[in-house]
Amino acid sequence: MENLNLFIRSIFVDNMIFAYFLGMCSFLAVSKNVKTAFGLGVAVSFVLIIALPVTWCINQYILIPGALSWLGEEYAETDLSFLGLIMFISVIAALVQILEMAIEKYSPALYSSLGIFLPLIAVNCAILGAVLFMQQREFTNAWTATVYGAGSGIGWLLAITCLAAIRERLAYSQIPAPLRGIGITFIITGLMGIAFMSFLGIKL
Amino acid sequence: MNVNKSLLPLINPLSKDNPVIVQVLGICSALAVTAKLEPALVMTISVTAVLALANVIISLLRNTIPTSIRIIVQLVVVAALVVIVDQVLKAWNYEVSKALSVFIGLIITNCIIMGRLEAFAMSNRPWASFLDGIGNGLGYGIILVIVAFFRELLGSGTLFGCQVIPQWCYDHGYQNNGMMILPPMALITVACIIWVHRSRNKDLQE
Repeated sequence: MENLNLFIRSIFVDNMIFAYFLGMCSFLAVSKNVKTAFGLGVAVSFVLIIALPVTWCINQYILIPGALSWLGEEYAETDLSFLGLIMFISVIAALVQILEMAIEKYSPALYSSLGIFLPLIAVNCAILGAVLFMQQREFTNAWTATVYGAGSGIGWLLAITCLAAIRERLAYSQIPAPLRGIGITFIITGLMGIAFMSFLGIKL
Repeated sequence: MNVNKSLLPLINPLSKDNPVIVQVLGICSALAVTAKLEPALVMTISVTAVLALANVIISLLRNTIPTSIRIIVQLVVVAALVVIVDQVLKAWNYEVSKALSVFIGLIITNCIIMGRLEAFAMSNRPWASFLDGIGNGLGYGIILVIVAFFRELLGSGTLFGCQVIPQWCYDHGYQNNGMMILPPMALITVACIIWVHRSRNKDLQE
């Protein structure tokens, strides 16, 4: 029940885009048509679902104070938490690289449709952001972390697909010249954010 | 404008080639930390420091980095710098470091940094890269400060935490616009800045 609550909240209330503005750069750059936007959204969710449990284990068994006690008595006091950022970003970069190779081998169709976006996921702030939030919220087990990753990923997928759909329609509207392109996209995202705020009180 | 050519990397990013509103990079943190002026300023200083140093380091290393692993090298350099900034901030100003929460860590994935490293530092000399880093950091900071100024002034009636809207305004029925504090208004404020900026620079319009 708690996990379901976390899942729903991370999709709608703590949405990566509308509540924390994470992954904004690719969100704005890749939302010109629905198909690529959806593809990128799926890839990001996928990386999030894998990255969160992995980084959770690293955090729990290597980084937090006393985490190394399984190595023996003399390590019980070690605190490696300052290494967190470097560890996480390298793990994410490595994961994305492995994922890229795996997709290329087993599903060339998906690989060619995602193209350049796959390697770029490594520097998508939504991934590192979710990992850092996971660390901050101190989830109790890897399963909760996975649920949080899935929720954040699906929330991001939902947001980018909606924006792409709106922007496709926008091609037919008359917008003041200075606002065309990036300006109006910001305003739309803002309005979508206000709309998403109506989910604020959701609790299961 | 008649300026020294070698200073161009410093001047251009301030308005004509602004990283946030023209190149559309580094939006995530630009929006998330701007509810108040103080975190916005701290964020500006942190990003400028990391950007300038990373630019210099990568520029010094640029002839020795194999192209196939350059992204990883860049990430590691940036991550190391960010860890230093993070620790310094925790030691000096714990309150602000708490308020910025994960966003200091997210400087690593800030696209301005990766973008400038790729586009400038990999092909220029250290001094020019340093100026480029400072210029882009300040260009980013200008937008942050403008957005934070309006959001804090209209949202809480304060600047740097000091009350600036006098009490008699409230007595006569003036109210803070709570909406400005919420995340979506940051986007709309930036959109207004873009609107003003592009109506003055016609060549940027699409």
